[in-house]
Amino acid sequence: MSIKIIVCAKQVPDPEGPPASYEVNSEARKVTPKGIPPVINPFDQNALEAAIRIKEADGSKITLLSIGNNISRTVILKAVASGADEYLLVDGPELDPAYLDSQATAFLLASSVKKIGEYDLILCGQQASDTNAGQVGLGLGQILGIPSISLAWKVEVSDGRVIVERALPDGYETMEASLPALVTVSSLLGDLRYPNIQAIRTAKSIPHTILSPADLDEDLGRLGLLETITLTVPSRKRRCIKFEAKIPEEAGHWLAEKLIEEKIL
Amino acid sequence: MERHDFKTVKNVLVLAEINEDGSIPNIILQLLGLGKDLASHFGERLYVIIIGKDISCASRELSRYGIDEIFSADDERYSEYNPDIYLPVLERVCKNIHPRLLLSGHTSICQDLLPRLAFALNAGLVTDCVDIKVTEGELSFTRPVYGGNVLATQRVRSTIAIATVRIGVGKPPAPSTVTGKITSLAPAFPVETHLKITGKTLVDQKDCPLGEALVVVSGGKGMGGKEGFQMLLEIARLLGGAVGATRPPCDLGWAPPSCQVGITGKVVAPDLYIAVGISGSTQHLSGMGDSRKIVAINKDPEANIFNVSDFGLVGDWKQILPPFMARLKDLVGNGR
Repeated sequence: MSIKIIVCAKQVPDPEGPPASYEVNSEARKVTPKGIPPVINPFDQNALEAAIRIKEADGSKITLLSIGNNISRTVILKAVASGADEYLLVDGPELDPAYLDSQATAFLLASSVKKIGEYDLILCGQQASDTNAGQVGLGLGQILGIPSISLAWKVEVSDGRVIVERALPDGYETMEASLPALVTVSSLLGDLRYPNIQAIRTAKSIPHTILSPADLDEDLGRLGLLETITLTVPSRKRRCIKFEAKIPEEAGHWLAEKLIEEKIL
Repeated sequence: MERHDFKTVKNVLVLAEINEDGSIPNIILQLLGLGKDLASHFGERLYVIIIGKDISCASRELSRYGIDEIFSADDERYSEYNPDIYLPVLERVCKNIHPRLLLSGHTSICQDLLPRLAFALNAGLVTDCVDIKVTEGELSFTRPVYGGNVLATQRVRSTIAIATVRIGVGKPPAPSTVTGKITSLAPAFPVETHLKITGKTLVDQKDCPLGEALVVVSGGKGMGGKEGFQMLLEIARLLGGAVGATRPPCDLGWAPPSCQVGITGKVVAPDLYIAVGISGSTQHLSGMGDSRKIVAINKDPEANIFNVSDFGLVGDWKQILPPFMARLKDLVGNGR
């Protein structure tokens, strides 16, 4: 049985970028990443990979959905080329992620999902690598009134049900729900595959829709429950007492003695 | 969605979880300290809700920690966490008592349950808080963003605020002989459940769980393989601690995924964190940066981990760890 899958993807600054590149603009209450290229949130990439694995098994159709401001077409097309069949972007300055909290984002995604129409399964990353809140996926499920399962590392579809293995602190459990359903995906599921050259070439001609925030019929002024009051750059720096021994054995002894001497052990 | 009107809110409610053996996790004791401080600030009461099966002992134990009232939902059907089953009772308690603030640990269960609750109540939720304060009569919540490179302080616009809090934030209160009131809650169950748990596989947890450990010995890419982690396990056992890892060893199968320390794995704040063959990526540092003392062992003298450590050893762990263990055994054996 082939199904319709929506994958929600957020554009974020590359989380592997150097710490020094985050510039805090206290006035605007905004963080500006300097010189870090945008990428699809790595967890959303895991969600897309989950969708592609289902598609491989049963020929399902994948729609990639992204909302934001200045969404890079290059970034989207690269993701789409990995295996999506169509995409919907909602793009506009009002959707700058700096000013959207999880609640606002989830409501805007819910409206976007309604624009797409029919679906059986929605996949989201477990959290975004910039805000790390981990609320949007489960919130979207709640708004749409469909069952949601979080932290999947394996997602399968069979007989109108989604069967998920989800990570626990000390193992994993298998959880099932009937479709339509929403699943948030953990990084443990595995990295998004690289698109092949042919797919990258044809990605531009993949069916797509681009909407503006006004098309969503949501009153942005009424959304949002959190307000950022300050942003600061924390210092993790500690004064390190270093021991550079010529003889490694001495280093090992020194550490053991130091830990006892300083009453750390 | 049905909306509940929280016109007036009052008091602080803590969602308590208990360990498998019925004991109270450190993070919950810390939350009770934090909750009490915040409640006192407003001249209000501290409430606790606990959901589970056979939890009367745990409730009595909890009642010694300065709580005004404990709401206990004790039922067979609460024996394992299922959001479908847990959400209704928590939602009902919030609607009945209208707390100003609901606090929980940033634990696996609460990361799943509280977003559901927040959207059900249309309440603002701040996850992974490293600080909660009252400033100018209002609650403010601080949390790391951008992989811990930036701290954001936020306010919640809804009348009821919800927060999940990181380990190590509040100070556990001293137990008292005065005990709080325990009220049994009638279970609230959904008419039908949509989520079904069909199986569970647990890894052997005979060693100390990572989140609760006072000593964590962690390895990174520099461990080179599974064998290295065996040595870390020996050291961890010697110190009564747990083994951690950065993301690459977990991805490569050198260490189980449950060992991962970092913003995507577990957040730890032990008394001693020993980082072996770890370069010090932001994603890892934001998961252990609040440890009391940090020791780094790395071949590369320029590794970033040394900038955030208290003690640093430059060299090959293969040559440093065996004499470290031997000396430690000597010292511990000498009637310390």
